[in-house]
Amino acid sequence: MFLYILKRLVTVTPVAFGVSVVCFLLVHLAPGDPLSAVLPADATQATIDEMRAAYGFDKPLPVQYAIWLWHVLHGDLGVSIATGRPVAQEVGRAVVNSLILASVATLIGFTFGVFFGFVAGYRRNSILDRVASALSVFGVSVPHYWLGMVLVIVFSATLGWLPPTGAGPDGSGNWRPDFEHLRYIILPAITMAVIPMGIIARTVRALVADILSQDFVEALRAKGLSEWGVFKHVVRNAAPTALAIMGLQLGYLLGGSILIETVFAWPGTGFLLNAAIFQRDLPLLQGSILVLAMFFVALNLVVDVMQTALDPRIERA
Amino acid sequence: MTAPLTAASVALDGNLAAPPDAPEAFVASRGFWGHVGHRLVRDPVAMTAGAVILIVVAIAVLSPWITPMDPYKGSMLRRLKPVGDATYWLGSDELGRDMISRLMLGSRLSLFMGVTPVLIAFVIGSSIGILAGYVGGWTNTILMRTIDVFFAFPSVLLAIALSGALGAGIFNSIVSLTCVFVPQIARVAESVTTGIRKRDYIDAAKLSGASALTIMRVQVLGNVVGPIFVYSTSLISVSMILASGLSFLGLGVRPPEPEWGLMLNTLRTAIYVNPVVAALPGLAIFIVSISFNLFSDGLRNAMEIRQ
Repeated sequence: MFLYILKRLVTVTPVAFGVSVVCFLLVHLAPGDPLSAVLPADATQATIDEMRAAYGFDKPLPVQYAIWLWHVLHGDLGVSIATGRPVAQEVGRAVVNSLILASVATLIGFTFGVFFGFVAGYRRNSILDRVASALSVFGVSVPHYWLGMVLVIVFSATLGWLPPTGAGPDGSGNWRPDFEHLRYIILPAITMAVIPMGIIARTVRALVADILSQDFVEALRAKGLSEWGVFKHVVRNAAPTALAIMGLQLGYLLGGSILIETVFAWPGTGFLLNAAIFQRDLPLLQGSILVLAMFFVALNLVVDVMQTALDPRIERA
Repeated sequence: MTAPLTAASVALDGNLAAPPDAPEAFVASRGFWGHVGHRLVRDPVAMTAGAVILIVVAIAVLSPWITPMDPYKGSMLRRLKPVGDATYWLGSDELGRDMISRLMLGSRLSLFMGVTPVLIAFVIGSSIGILAGYVGGWTNTILMRTIDVFFAFPSVLLAIALSGALGAGIFNSIVSLTCVFVPQIARVAESVTTGIRKRDYIDAAKLSGASALTIMRVQVLGNVVGPIFVYSTSLISVSMILASGLSFLGLGVRPPEPEWGLMLNTLRTAIYVNPVVAALPGLAIFIVSISFNLFSDGLRNAMEIRQ
């Protein structure tokens, strides 16, 4: 197992390297000079040159990359142009809020997805199966930012039950686990949960149907095992894949939360990214994307290792 | 968004040239595409979805001539009329412009920005994937490891990161969305191509003296294009949602041009005044997106590609 983890770490390193190159180049992809957002319009050529040297933009790209990577590896993501605070600090605070929202959403999506998936897999072509597959098509087809708006229209604007935006009553940027804050997370979490719910339901349905059609299930029934006993076997067989998908979905939600966070003004990384884009705050843009992508890479690795650990059928070669 | 899962699982199910229920000998065969068409026609869900897509495309093409009112002309006195208004059938927006006219004209940009990236990515991604799969060796390693890097970004994040860096605009949105889909299509194309490159007919073509390029164009392309195409159609729905999402964020189409995502964004302020009208553009995105998904599912079933 240790060797397997080591081997996966070796294969993930070039990917992580590639991700850092992409994030680095993002800033240079931007039209115009990366400094144009900081410099006043009437800056003299001397000032521009001075600033370029100060930020290291006068050096060749590979050298700039090496310097940037060296700083990143030491936890220094640069300084936000808009706020003047370190990017690492800004992203660190936002990522906690995003992680809370994405985790709650994944949990909701997983619970309902697994439920519908099991029901549909057990009772194929029944009405419940139709409902479950309709729900999963709905989940992957609905523009989630619109779904968020519809939920706000129904539950905030019309019924007035839940707050439409923000993470807490005091307008603070931090979510805390108490009743008042709980009301704020309900709508964004449900909106976000719809996508993984559909995907998990679809996968679990296929898994369960496949497991039930295998010979060992028949053998279990033939030896007189109760239906509950058979069910436990099915769960054990479906669990590694279902959990792996849940893990990956958490990563997708965290990285893809920008639209939902914008709709609900949720103070997470998506909201931060939105601000960074429109204030042309390139260090902040670069930093948040790097953190999110690296988180996704790490999550993929963890999921992969966990799946191998849980499922003895996967070879660890 | 499900790319890594489906990418690995979309695989050739046996020989495409001979579907399991091929008719008896002596009966003229319909051919592979004939069978697909025949099965598709008998699938009511896919047919309905296809019909919806055709209607929307027809509206998009004809919209400059058939909109009941001028989609750009507003009236400050007639802002946010409700659905069912005598003049404005689907109400009016926050600047008093006719909703139904704007929704009709908006279908042009929304469809264009949703479908174009997938089309371009289909061409580029298939080329990369077929090349990597057929040539194999180092070419494959280098191409596919580069593609792995792009898989390390969730697709929404990649699209927004690229658009954010490039700046707002229709062209930039299409470029960033294309970059999102090329790796996904290339991965499917590679796995399908790797699956067939050891087949006898490839060897036969080689022995008959065909060049690598000819084999890739004739033997390989003919046998892999179906699964890649079906996979690509399943991406259109995601692409539509993402493209409108970019406009929703202010990274795509600029006002006053009507586009569903952008309309949804500008109408957000109106949810307390006229919630139904505010939700209409999103409903349009949803209907088109679900139609593409259902049609793509039907196509996959008809072609008997395992999911």
